[in-house]
Amino acid sequence: MEARAVVAESTPAITVRNLTMAYGDFTLQRDLDFTIEAGDIFVIMGGSGCGKSTLLRHLIGLNEPARGEILYGTESFTKAAPERRSEMLRRIGVLYQSGALWSSMTLAENVALPLGEFTELDQSEIAEVAALKLALVGLAGFEDYYPADISGGMQKRAGLARAMALDPDILFFDEPGAGLDPISARLLDDLIIELRDSLGATIVIVTHELASIFAIGTNSVFLDAESRTMIAHGPPVELRDQSQNERVRRFLRRGES
Amino acid sequence: MSMAVSSPGELTVTRGVDGTVVVRLAGSWRIESGLPSVAALEGVLADGPTSAISFDSRELGDWDSAVLAFLASACRLARERDIDVDRSGLPEGLRRLLELAEAVPEKDDARTSVIDDAFVQRLGGKAIDTHRLFRSDLDFVGRLVLAMSRAARGKARFRWSDLALLVQQNGFEALPIVTLVTFLLGLILAFVGAIQLQTFGATIYVADLVGVAMVRDMGALITGIIMAGRSGAAFAAQLGSMKVTQEIDALETMAISAMEFLVVPRVVALCLMMPLLTLYGDAMGILGGAFVGVTMLGLSPVEYLLQSADAVSLSHVVGGVFKGSVYGVLIAISGCLRGVQSGRSSSAVGDAATSAVVTSIVAIIVACGVFAFVFYMLGL
Repeated sequence: MEARAVVAESTPAITVRNLTMAYGDFTLQRDLDFTIEAGDIFVIMGGSGCGKSTLLRHLIGLNEPARGEILYGTESFTKAAPERRSEMLRRIGVLYQSGALWSSMTLAENVALPLGEFTELDQSEIAEVAALKLALVGLAGFEDYYPADISGGMQKRAGLARAMALDPDILFFDEPGAGLDPISARLLDDLIIELRDSLGATIVIVTHELASIFAIGTNSVFLDAESRTMIAHGPPVELRDQSQNERVRRFLRRGES
Repeated sequence: MSMAVSSPGELTVTRGVDGTVVVRLAGSWRIESGLPSVAALEGVLADGPTSAISFDSRELGDWDSAVLAFLASACRLARERDIDVDRSGLPEGLRRLLELAEAVPEKDDARTSVIDDAFVQRLGGKAIDTHRLFRSDLDFVGRLVLAMSRAARGKARFRWSDLALLVQQNGFEALPIVTLVTFLLGLILAFVGAIQLQTFGATIYVADLVGVAMVRDMGALITGIIMAGRSGAAFAAQLGSMKVTQEIDALETMAISAMEFLVVPRVVALCLMMPLLTLYGDAMGILGGAFVGVTMLGLSPVEYLLQSADAVSLSHVVGGVFKGSVYGVLIAISGCLRGVQSGRSSSAVGDAATSAVVTSIVAIIVACGVFAFVFYMLGL
């Protein structure tokens, strides 16, 4: 019998199927259909106000789709029961735009909270892991600082340490470079690649910073504000050089088509 | 660089024989001293058919956005009337700015249409909003009950250190203000009573009046109102700003329920602290009454306190403390509810705090009325 050429397609980390996002009667984006492969650094890009961050909120369950669904692996996240959804959420980490550290807690407590909730570690082990995660993002020694006492870039890194607390399979970043100086933004990019390579995590980034997009993105989707749907899907560098779509090329070349 | 003393702005609009209109701008046009009047141009245009508009700015001195705004309106007028505009008479800078302002045409659906809705339509809209808000209030209370029952079974996730801090902030730290207000309230009640009772020579009964009023109702009520302003507003502001900074989102995506983590400890803290503050307030009120009795009415301190102790029964005290506890729960729920419903801007957080205080005070007064009726029916 002839062996069938079976391409061992691994299951994608996330599948977005026919997703429509709306606020009340206002449709923000419709018919989004794409997959995010495991190990990708996937960029969600598009101009201001096109719905990038809203798509991220849908992916992490903060907004509900108007139509369509989101699958993690082969399992529907949209249709999961609340308890199951909580379990699925433990496999992801989110770095919010402003860090969103809990302001009444120290950095170590911020990182320790998910560890205390979802692991069997005892207090001293938790403190040890929290210190390690902070050290990974270059914040060793800052365990007892409150979020208000450190700079914006440090808050972002501490937010990343918290997002990585439970060693998630998928990490989401909302505008990681926003508000950072070019060098800090570059360091954060390097850190993201490092995390992907060493932890084997899948990474989803919402951004419009071209330097980051080309430096780290392995795949991407382009949301268009005018037609209110995705108009390109593929590695960012390819889209810049070969996209048939004028708007995508202009965006990726800073206005020069 | 010497600044020429500039003359005030002048605008003349003249109509030539060939149907062209010449707009002459002279002197200094600064936005502080007003815009050139478009009405003058409109008036001339209305006089008869116009083939083109041109500008004469040879004597134009200083100019800024005032002239630009006038020109933009003038060009719009011309477009509406299909009249050519010859811009060659304008300074280079003005021409370029005008082009910039016209570069991106107005988006069709960008302007939200302000339609003066009919009264019935507005009424209907309000009714639907109210219904939606009421449902979201009920939903919140329902989820809180579920979270509290999980907490009662020891399954809710919150930090004991948070609860301890809340107990301190909403108990111990409220003592000074509660002392001041309840002492003064006791004093006021004593004065009100003294005026009436003096006419019968029965000033000793001021002790009964102050004691019973404070312990049964006024102690819990006034402490509740203080705590509504203090804790209710604080809860709404804390939760509202956590919403603005996405801290609540961060909890939810960590699969940690904000209801259990943030709301439950606040409700528990106020439910525990309000009875204690009420008891303390009762005592302070009686002291306030005694102060008036001793210094103004010539009663002896021992006499006054014995009379008070005689008048106040244990059921009065228990009833008052129970009321205080209920008010505490109402304040915590209103504060957290409005905080969670807050929008994502700093002004929305302010609105949430205001609304939390109003909601909690209304809830307290309504509850107080219900208690008065029920306690009367039960003969307590």
